[in-house]
Amino acid sequence: MYALELKNINKSFGDVHANKNICLQIPKGTIHGIVGENGAGKSTLMSIIYGFYEPDNGEILVNGNALKINDSCDAIAAGIGMVHQHFMLVENFTVLENVLLGAEDGAMLNESLGKARKRLEKLEEEFSLEVNVDAIVERLSVGLQQRVEILKALYRDAKILILDEPTGVLTPQETKHLFKILNILKEQGVTIVLITHKLQEILDITDNVSVMRQGEMVAHTKTKGTTREELAELMVGRKVRLKVDKSDSEVKESLLSIQNLSVIDHQNVPRVNNVSLEVKAGEVVGIAGVSGNGQSELLEAIAGITAIQAGKIQFAKEAITPEHPISPDKIRKLGVAHVPEDRHKMGMVTKMTASEAAILGYHNDKTYNGRILMDLKAVEQDCAEKMQRWDVRPPKPELKSANFSGGNQQKLIIAREVEQNPDVLLIGQPTRGVDIGAIEFIHEQVIKLRDAGKAVLLVSVELEEIMALADRIVVMFDGQIVGEVAAKDADELTLGLMMANAAGNEDNQQEN
Amino acid sequence: MNQSMPNWVNYALIPVINVLLAFLVSAIVFVMIDINPIEAAEVMIKGAFGSEGLGYTLYYTTNLIFTGLAVSVAFHAGLFNIGGEGQAYLGGLGVVLVCLGFGDQLPLFILMPLCILGAAFFGAAWAFIPAYLQAKRGSHIVITTIMFNFLASSLMVYLLVNVMKDPRQMAPVSSAIPEASQLPSFQDMMAAIGVSIGSSPLNLSFFFALIACVLVWIYVWHTRWGYELRSVGFNRNAAQYAGISHVKVIVVTMMISGALSGMMGINEVQGVSHQLKLDFVAGYGFTGIAVALMGRNHPIGVILASLLFGGLYQGGSDLAFDFENVDREIVVVIQGLVILFSGALEHMLRPQIVKIPMLYAKLRASNNQNGSAEA
Repeated sequence: MYALELKNINKSFGDVHANKNICLQIPKGTIHGIVGENGAGKSTLMSIIYGFYEPDNGEILVNGNALKINDSCDAIAAGIGMVHQHFMLVENFTVLENVLLGAEDGAMLNESLGKARKRLEKLEEEFSLEVNVDAIVERLSVGLQQRVEILKALYRDAKILILDEPTGVLTPQETKHLFKILNILKEQGVTIVLITHKLQEILDITDNVSVMRQGEMVAHTKTKGTTREELAELMVGRKVRLKVDKSDSEVKESLLSIQNLSVIDHQNVPRVNNVSLEVKAGEVVGIAGVSGNGQSELLEAIAGITAIQAGKIQFAKEAITPEHPISPDKIRKLGVAHVPEDRHKMGMVTKMTASEAAILGYHNDKTYNGRILMDLKAVEQDCAEKMQRWDVRPPKPELKSANFSGGNQQKLIIAREVEQNPDVLLIGQPTRGVDIGAIEFIHEQVIKLRDAGKAVLLVSVELEEIMALADRIVVMFDGQIVGEVAAKDADELTLGLMMANAAGNEDNQQEN
Repeated sequence: MNQSMPNWVNYALIPVINVLLAFLVSAIVFVMIDINPIEAAEVMIKGAFGSEGLGYTLYYTTNLIFTGLAVSVAFHAGLFNIGGEGQAYLGGLGVVLVCLGFGDQLPLFILMPLCILGAAFFGAAWAFIPAYLQAKRGSHIVITTIMFNFLASSLMVYLLVNVMKDPRQMAPVSSAIPEASQLPSFQDMMAAIGVSIGSSPLNLSFFFALIACVLVWIYVWHTRWGYELRSVGFNRNAAQYAGISHVKVIVVTMMISGALSGMMGINEVQGVSHQLKLDFVAGYGFTGIAVALMGRNHPIGVILASLLFGGLYQGGSDLAFDFENVDREIVVVIQGLVILFSGALEHMLRPQIVKIPMLYAKLRASNNQNGSAEA
């Protein structure tokens, strides 16, 4: 008997067949990995299990009983718990209050809280999930917040725990700790479903793995006996090179030099604190760090989007200082291109067509404009050419940019920035939410730019990506640069320790 | 081809169904006050689009196109300009000042552009302050433009009572503008080419309104400034990333919006009443919001919606004339229902309607399957 069994699940959205005849069998007390590219249908499938969507047909069996799951309450009642990629926590509540939220068993809160406290303490002991139940959630580190989510599920008697991309926001150490917890849960008989795109994690922790591609389950296999290469190939449907080929860098003159830069945000919180950094022609400098440690603000300050409070950002011809800010369009003219971290929030206007998205920031260029009217034909033509050169699919400039997949949107944005032939490329999270096939292509392009003698500043939360692309790695923590290593000397462990700033381990943070 | 929802469903079918629903509910209201809705509809349609009433309908339409366009333009930049009322009021002041100042010195073809500039400038200036406050200080444009409607109203009362009042008149109105500066009416223009039509307040400014529609269309969708405007409206962060100054876009857009509202003054002052009257805007500024809403902020939609609302105005007054137990205000009820169904309840029917073409496609697919199976 399986803890969770799916039989011929189908789900369509209009013409899109998101899940095709999905069959899945997960034995009790195992960790089961589900991998697949973006848009392969993993999230749809999990949403069906958790009751957000109703399948068009097919059966869900929990412990051998066929169930109809209409909403998350049904799922919880069936013992299914979910830890979402983006936590669903009330930030200014305590851990206890968060866990209780939605599971209060009476009108009077105090009584429930007392009962909950006892149960929680027992749960924590049982599963060695050390969290202070009275801590305010927003003061906890991300890793601890995730544990609160797990506690929430366990408090509701979850026997099947689904984790959606749980390690995206964690440092390598935190990830390790999470896996330790998952193993304890497994020993206690909890069944775990792990959705991720990180193949190494699948190999590290799961017992079995299922691969999804284009809405279908293409393989089920025991984790022992499979390899990263095999899984990647199954995901993409063709052979993939996971390593980036690159030669040694030929470093020349400095193209971007940052001296004692400080950025303070609207709430008067220092985001970037006395940072000095140099990027030279012909090298890729990678900034590693857990997200939210000032990398975004640094990138935006260099791009002219965020005002700086102290220091200097020196380009080849001009410099940004607190007294002399330069607007983003002028910085573009100085030969600095910027691929922002969040393509939906900043990189493109998703409600515009692809051809319009492909000129954002360069829309005043003569190429695209007559004296008064915009030359829409030229804009469209230009976009069509870019789409062809960068293999953007479907190659339809008139399509709304929101209708392209993440990878194709990103290719379009990178095409827009790189084809301006900049001297300096600022690139943030170049492959976030991008499928493996496109990652390979984007990485090649970044290296190509470096080999052409440009300076590249890369910000990424994916250590693997930084280590694959960068020639030099600096680590940011709490707005400061806490370390620098040459890429060839870097390993995940030391970088991970730097990212957590070694001393700043979780127990300390909890006490603060 | 039709992967998601076809455009014609979105832009034609759904609005039409919503309007029909509004009419249906209006019909029930009519039945409740003992009026045969079919008769009433006949009277209204004849009244609004018959040879006598059409001129009036188009005259109302002219006002609504200006104010509706004004709201639409601002909306594309993510701004909700509720100040059309005040901006139109000030626009009227601009027109009257130009006409009173130069009316008997300049020929009409020179005066006309001056009047347009005057109306546009005064309307734009009235929109500038809320725009500046929004862009620089973050004062919400909805609040400030409403406040500016009241300010405009007070200002005009002051001007009309204390400064511009025609001493020969009892009412607070300005002096009449010189005859040479009046806009030719449709009746006169048609007479000039030998066609005789009934008298109506319709005048040359109707064409100005249509030209404004074309210009707005070009500006918003075919220039780099329109590109910046839409970028700011859709995604402020992306606009900032692109180096687009949202301060500039907000101020310029609001001034264009104000200028369009102001041009309503040309129709009313230079075209019809030939003098500045108290409260001549009479709610057109607010109805413009409904027009923009219904017209999906597109010039063509604005024209069609203006025609509908203009027709309701004119048909409604005929209704009040023919049925003694009907007040002219019944039009407001119908208007309200149209706004309710096409605005507030926009999404009520959408999910159901969207399913229809899909069901149809499914049906056809299964029919084909059956067909081939039988064969």
